[in-house]
Amino acid sequence: MSLIWLLGLVLAIAAVGYALGRTRALSSTNGDIRKLHSLPSYYGANVALKSAIPALLVLVVWLVAQPLIVSGVVSSDIPDSAIPEGSSRGLVMSEVKRVAAGLDGAVAAGTMSASYAASAQADMDDVTKRMRDAQQITPEALTPEILTAGQRFRAMVAQGKWAMTAVVLALAVAGAFWGLRESHAEFRARNTVERVTKVLLIAAASLAILTTVGIVLSLVFNTYEFFTMYPPLEFFFGTTWAPSFSGRGGSSELGIVPLLWGTFYISIVALAVAVPIGLFSAIYLSEYAGPKVRAIAKPLLEVLAGIPTIVYGLFALLTVGPLLVSIFGKDGFGWMQSGTAVMTAGIVMGIMLIPFVSSLSDDIINAVPQSLRDGSYGLGATKSETIKQVVLPAALPGIVGAILLAASRAIGETMIVVLGAGAAARLSLNPFEAMTTVTAKIVSQLTGDTDFSSPEMLVAFALGMTLFVVTLGLNIFALYIVRKYREQYE
Amino acid sequence: MYDARHTEAQVDQTETKISAKGVQVYYGDTHAIKDVDVEIADKTVTAFIGPSGCGKSTFLRCLNRMNDTIDICRVQGDILIDGEDIYDRRVDPVQLRAKVGMVFQKPNPFPKSIYDNIAYGPRIHGLAKNKADLDVIVEKSLRRGAIWNEVKDRLHAPGTGLSGGQQQRLCIARAIATEPEVLLMDEPCSALDPIATAQVEELIDELRLDYSVVIVTHSMQQAARVSQKTAFFHLGNLVEFDDTTKIFTNPEDPRTESYITGRIG
Repeated sequence: MSLIWLLGLVLAIAAVGYALGRTRALSSTNGDIRKLHSLPSYYGANVALKSAIPALLVLVVWLVAQPLIVSGVVSSDIPDSAIPEGSSRGLVMSEVKRVAAGLDGAVAAGTMSASYAASAQADMDDVTKRMRDAQQITPEALTPEILTAGQRFRAMVAQGKWAMTAVVLALAVAGAFWGLRESHAEFRARNTVERVTKVLLIAAASLAILTTVGIVLSLVFNTYEFFTMYPPLEFFFGTTWAPSFSGRGGSSELGIVPLLWGTFYISIVALAVAVPIGLFSAIYLSEYAGPKVRAIAKPLLEVLAGIPTIVYGLFALLTVGPLLVSIFGKDGFGWMQSGTAVMTAGIVMGIMLIPFVSSLSDDIINAVPQSLRDGSYGLGATKSETIKQVVLPAALPGIVGAILLAASRAIGETMIVVLGAGAAARLSLNPFEAMTTVTAKIVSQLTGDTDFSSPEMLVAFALGMTLFVVTLGLNIFALYIVRKYREQYE
Repeated sequence: MYDARHTEAQVDQTETKISAKGVQVYYGDTHAIKDVDVEIADKTVTAFIGPSGCGKSTFLRCLNRMNDTIDICRVQGDILIDGEDIYDRRVDPVQLRAKVGMVFQKPNPFPKSIYDNIAYGPRIHGLAKNKADLDVIVEKSLRRGAIWNEVKDRLHAPGTGLSGGQQQRLCIARAIATEPEVLLMDEPCSALDPIATAQVEELIDELRLDYSVVIVTHSMQQAARVSQKTAFFHLGNLVEFDDTTKIFTNPEDPRTESYITGRIG
């Protein structure tokens, strides 16, 4: 029975349980709703939840656990003699799984009977040929040990599936009966359903948090592994970034300083573009613009936030880069060699951040109480004096928070950097030179042939971890400032 | 016309500071103030009373053109201060508001230090030549606002950290720091406790020596205590305007009598 069917069946049992629970509760008071503790639908929902939730929970756990257990058992049964020289148990296990999948495919395609697939021992070439006829991937040399293990694997998976179906269905039915037994007038079905709702919501929230924790942990462990291979001091203070891919380890220099410098330099250029423009447009929109202008201009500005960053990257590569070269390049000032430079990426990233700064600042400026503006006008201040001396100082903490949020976005940005700033890790003050950032280097370290045991690969995790700590710090700082700001009025 | 006003002024022994004629105010389609004529004397406290929504605050805000900041508000008629039409095109509302100060219903200190709150007006109008000058103005204003003794040791603490009554006196001190000629107060005591209210009322009484004070209030007792002239507004009309003692003891209009005895409003 396939998974979809099983799922459908459980839900069908729950639905039937719902209808039965409802009716049973109603009949327990001879149809008088007012004598029931809860509305009839709550009794139905109680039955449905009790049949579906435990069954589905077991289903999920089973689906996760079964492959682990089965491969554990099968792999421990493979004799050491079956593992060839220079190979490992893990590699043999993947062969076994491939054979099992091949047998499945051959049976499905009809080149093999089910009993043949389960018991064939003698002729390896015949088995291989039949699997090939069914367009399956086959190992180069099928050994009897691998075939036996593959057959065992298939058998266990099939058994597990049957057991899972039986257990899940039994649980669903048992849950439905449990719920039905409770469906009488005194039972507080509403409170039970309410509690289950709460638990479901908590489960959703904790799933999100657990995922975050999982991501952080995977970063931490891989970073730790990296630091067992590469000295942390050289990583954090090394000023050269020169990973080597040919000779494994040793000859690589993996200093984060040039990457961090590139990240901060590009982010600073981006903020230098985004903060004044974003802030001024926010002031215009919130203080000067009439309702009509505002209704058109604000959504238009926010369209910028909806453009995918890769499109910004193209814009940098095709428009801004050549434009800057024509001004600052050989024919102009002569400072710029090619279109990919800190300036190119910084300016385009700044454009991307404008709606961030303006939209958040606009909200914050609007939150400044009108009474403060009135107070200032009442003293004979002009509009710009009021904005400069009362509105902006009052909104400043919030605006700083908005800028910090924009900064943490700039630091994490990748696509624009890859296309706009180039890939050269360099420590330089010239903003017209190509540089690169932490994120762009993570991408280039992980693309291509990946072998997660060399420091050149694992450095990506250390870079990611560093970046994570930096942006987390910025975000916490921003939140702290925004929260402090909130307490200022009332 | 001129003669009539002159005679009245002589009777009161004071000059007319503000003179409003046929003032109409519209908020969009709503006719908020209907044909109001009023003469406000110098060095006098004038109280505006009336039920909520009767237009007294709106009329007060016309006197320093604060209604300009509301897009849908239109003002018609003449309002003269010292004989000059404040709605004339040549008049800069910003300058006008330096001359006609305002204190609001809710204390609204700027999120700055006490010192900077007071120094705000003098700074933007360039009233002080140097720091010492400004110090003098700040101290004088705070003394006149009857709050100097409470804040003299913490002039650089934030103004928002004061209590409600102190904040309101700070706002009054801030308003008089620009040396206005007229002080408009929109229910200045509605958010204050009785003790703070008494302090502010005492202050208003002292301010009368130098300024023309116009106060909007919901408290009839307050109007009777602090004002010399009282105007009663009802549904956008100025119903009666006379000496405070006359309004409260012997009103001419039956609506005024109903209001001060608590039957309407």
